[in-house]
Amino acid sequence: MTRFLDLTLSGISTGAVYAAVALALVLIWRATRVVNFAQGAMLMITTFIALAVINATGSYWLGFVAALLSGLVLGAVVERVLIRPVEGGPPLNPVIVTLGLYTLLVAVGGMIWGNTPRSFPAPFSLRGYRVGGTTLLFTPNDTFIVLIVLALALGLAVLFRATPIGLQMRAAAFRPEVARLLGVRVGRMFTLGWALAAVAGALAGVLIAPSVFLGPNNFDPILISGFVAAVLGGLDSPPGAVIGGLVLGLALSYVSGYEGSTLVPLAALAILVIVLMVRPTGLFAATRERRV
Amino acid sequence: MTSTDPALREPAPGRATSAVRRAVGENTLLRSLVLVIVVGVALLLLSDVVTTYRDLQLSYGAYYFCALAGLTMLAGTSGQISLGHGALMAVGAYTVAKLRNTGWPLVPELAAAVVVTLIVGIPMGAAASRLRGPYLAGATLALAVGLPALADKFPSFFGGENGLSVNPSTPPASLGANFPLERWEAWIACAGALIVLFALYNLMHSGLGRSMRAVRDDEIAAGLAGLRVGRMQTLAFAISAACAGLGGGVFTLVYQSAAPGSFQLQLSLYLLAGVVIGGLGSLVGAVWGAALLVFLPNWSTDLANSFSLSTNVSHNLPLAIYGVVLIAVMLVWPSGIQGGVRALSRSRSRRLRGAGARSSAQT
Amino acid sequence: MLTVEGLTTDYGAVRAVDGVSVQVGEGTITAVLGANGAGKTTLLRTISGLVRPRAGRVSLDGDELTRLPVEEIVRCGVAHVPEGGGVISELTVEENLRVAAVWRRGQAARPDEIYDLFPRLRERRTQPASRLSGGERQMLSIGRALVARPRILLLDEPSLGLAPLLVAQIMGFIRRFADSLGIGVLLVEQNARSALSVANRGVVLNLGRVVADQEPHQLAADERLRHAYLGF
Repeated sequence: MTRFLDLTLSGISTGAVYAAVALALVLIWRATRVVNFAQGAMLMITTFIALAVINATGSYWLGFVAALLSGLVLGAVVERVLIRPVEGGPPLNPVIVTLGLYTLLVAVGGMIWGNTPRSFPAPFSLRGYRVGGTTLLFTPNDTFIVLIVLALALGLAVLFRATPIGLQMRAAAFRPEVARLLGVRVGRMFTLGWALAAVAGALAGVLIAPSVFLGPNNFDPILISGFVAAVLGGLDSPPGAVIGGLVLGLALSYVSGYEGSTLVPLAALAILVIVLMVRPTGLFAATRERRV
Repeated sequence: MTSTDPALREPAPGRATSAVRRAVGENTLLRSLVLVIVVGVALLLLSDVVTTYRDLQLSYGAYYFCALAGLTMLAGTSGQISLGHGALMAVGAYTVAKLRNTGWPLVPELAAAVVVTLIVGIPMGAAASRLRGPYLAGATLALAVGLPALADKFPSFFGGENGLSVNPSTPPASLGANFPLERWEAWIACAGALIVLFALYNLMHSGLGRSMRAVRDDEIAAGLAGLRVGRMQTLAFAISAACAGLGGGVFTLVYQSAAPGSFQLQLSLYLLAGVVIGGLGSLVGAVWGAALLVFLPNWSTDLANSFSLSTNVSHNLPLAIYGVVLIAVMLVWPSGIQGGVRALSRSRSRRLRGAGARSSAQT
Repeated sequence: MLTVEGLTTDYGAVRAVDGVSVQVGEGTITAVLGANGAGKTTLLRTISGLVRPRAGRVSLDGDELTRLPVEEIVRCGVAHVPEGGGVISELTVEENLRVAAVWRRGQAARPDEIYDLFPRLRERRTQPASRLSGGERQMLSIGRALVARPRILLLDEPSLGLAPLLVAQIMGFIRRFADSLGIGVLLVEQNARSALSVANRGVVLNLGRVVADQEPHQLAADERLRHAYLGF
C-alpha cells in the first residue's frame, strides 16, 4: 500500500514537470501550428545556463531566474529567425526545422559543456516527508515542483483569459488573418507565444534537473513524455496539457515501479499510439480545422 | 513555322536508335533495367580500381542509400515523414545477425531481413496512415527513442549493450584466394542498393507512384476519386521499411555486428538530413544524401583537426553540421540539391528557348 | 477620401485586378459590383494590405497606404470586414469586440456603444460567437469593424447568405453609419440592387477592369449594363 502511495506521489511530481513541457508544446501549437521538437533541447540549454550561473554566483535562485530569462530570449529568437520563414508553408518544413534545431542544440550543448553528465542542485530538501513512522517518496522539493507548475498554469490562464494581450494572442492563434484586420500584430503575438512557451520549458528543465543528471541527451525522454502528455490532453488545450501531464506522470510511475524503468519509454510510446488511434484529438479537444 | 535555331532543331536520329530509344523511354521496366545495369557496371569497375578503404566507404554509402531511398520515397512520393527508420534498420540488422549466427547463408538471410521488416512495417504503416504531419513525426520519434529499450529488456536474446557479433561473409573461392573482403562486401552492399534502386524506380514511375503522389497532394480529393488512401500509405510505409531493413542487414555484414548503440535516435535524424539535403522524393537525391552521410564525419574530423578544436567540439561537430544542414536547407533551398539541379536545368532550357525565339524573330 | 489609382494585383498566374481606379469620399458609399471572379474581393484585400499589388497606389487623404503591412493600414483608419464576416468563433461576442479595441486603447468604442446599435448582440454578449445566426454574425462583424472608429470601411458581401429582410436592414445600417459617423464605405456586393439602393456611386468590375463608374440611377437605367454584369 505504501508502495502504491509512493508511486502515486512521485507520479504527481514528475507529472507536474511533464505538464510544464506539455504546456510549452501546446502554447506553440496553438499559436503557430508547429510541434516544437526542439523543446527538450532548448530546455537543456537553458538548464545548463542556469547551472553556469549557479556555479558562478553560488545562488540557486539567480540561476533559476537566468533559466527563465534565457528561455524567454531563446524562444523569441527561434520563432523570429527560424520558424517565421516556414510558418504557413508545407507542414513538413517546420517539423524538419525544429528537428534540425534539436540536433544543432544538442551538438552545441555537447561542445560547450561536454558529454559527461553533471549534477544539478535542488532548492529544497530531497528528504521525504515523515508521516507516522514511514518516510514518503515525496519531498519538500516535490511540493515546490507541483506548486510552481500550478502557478505557471494559473498565470497563463489569467494572461489568456483576462488581459488584452492574452486576448490578442488567442485571436492571432485562432484566426491570424482576421486578427491582422483587427489591428493585432500577429507576428509579435507568435513571437510572444514562443517566448512564453520556452519559459515554461525552461521551468520544466530546472525542476527535473536534480533527478536527471544534466547532459545533452538526457532530456530526450522529457520531450517525448511532454509530447505524449500534450497529445493525451489535446494539442489545442492548455488545461488538457496539465491533466495529460499528471495522468502520464502517474501512469509512467506505476510502470516504472511495477515493471521496471527500462520499459518506461516503450510505455510512453504505447500510450501515445493508443491515444492517436482511439481519440487522436485528445481528451479535451474541441478542435476544428484551423481556418485562416 | 519551325525555328531555325540549331539548339531547338530535333536531331535527326538513325531509325534503329530512335526505335530503341522510344521503346526504352516508354517502358519503365526496361528503363530501370538499363539503369541498374549501367550503374551496376560502373560500381563494379569502381570497386576494382579503388583502395579497400574506399571499398568500405562504398559499402557504407550503399546501405545508407537503401534506407535513404526508402525514406525519400516515403516522404517525397507518399508525403509521410518517419523518424523511425533508424529503428527499422535495426530490425533488419538484428534479423541478419540472429540468422547468420544460426548458420543461414547470405542471400536467404538478407531476404529474411527484407521480409521481417516488411512485416513489421505493415502494422506501423497502418497506424501511420491515420496520422498526419507532426503526430506522425512524434509517434515515429517515440519509436526511435523507445525501440532500443527492447534490447535492454531482453538482453539474452538481443545481446544487450554489446549486441550480437557475426562472422563475415567470405568471398567465394571462384574469385581467387586474395580477393579482398572489403571488395566482396562492397559488391554485396551495392547489389542490395541496386535492388532497392530497381524496385523504387519502378514504383515511383508507375501508376501506383502517381496515385501516391495524388494522395500526398490532396488526400480528400484522392479519396473522392476512388483511391484507397489508407492502403496506399500503408503500402508505401511497408516498402520503405523493407528498404531500410535491407540496409540494416547489409550494415550487419559490413560491421560484423549489430548493437543498440549504432541505431540510436541520431541515426534517424541523419537519415532525415540525408533525404532533405538530397531532395524529397528524388532517388538521385538519395545518392547525394548517402555521400553526405559517408563523407561528413571524416571531413568534420579533418576540419576540427586543422583548427585544433577541442575533443568536445570535434566530437559534436558532425551533429552540429547535420542540424545546420536541416535548418538551412529548409529555409533557403527547400527542394534540396536535386531540386536545385532541376531548377537550374529548367532555367537553362528556358534561356535556350528564349534565345531560339529571339533568333527566329530576327529571321 | 480613399483614393485608389491604377491598382493591379495578380492571383497566381491570373490578373485579378487590372488597373482599377476608384474613390471613396467621407460619408459616401461606393458600391463595387460585378459577377463572381470579377476581382471585387481581391480589390478589397489589396487595399487592406492582405495582398500585395503589382502596380498602382492606394492613399488615404494623401497618406500612402500601398505596401504598408496590414496592421499599419488598420492603424490609419481602414477597417475591412472580409467575406463571411470573419467572426472568431472561439471567442465570445464581447471578446470579438474587445480584441478590435486593443490597438485603439482609450479611444475605441466601448462594447455598449455597439450593443446600442445592435441590441441582439447584447443578449449574446458572453456566448461564444459560434452560436450566432448568420445575421447576428454579420452584425457582429460590422459592429466589430466600427469599434476602432475607422474612417474607411471595406465591406465584402455583407448580404451573403442572409434573408432579404435582413439584407435590407443591413443596408440601412450601412447608410446610417456613413451619414452619422462620416465613414467612407467601399461596399462589394453581388446583390447589386440592394447595394445600389443605398450607394452614392456604383463601380462595375469585369475580369478585373472597371467597365462602369456612375451614379446608381445611371447604372440602373443602362439596360445593357444591367443585364451583362449586374444580373437584373
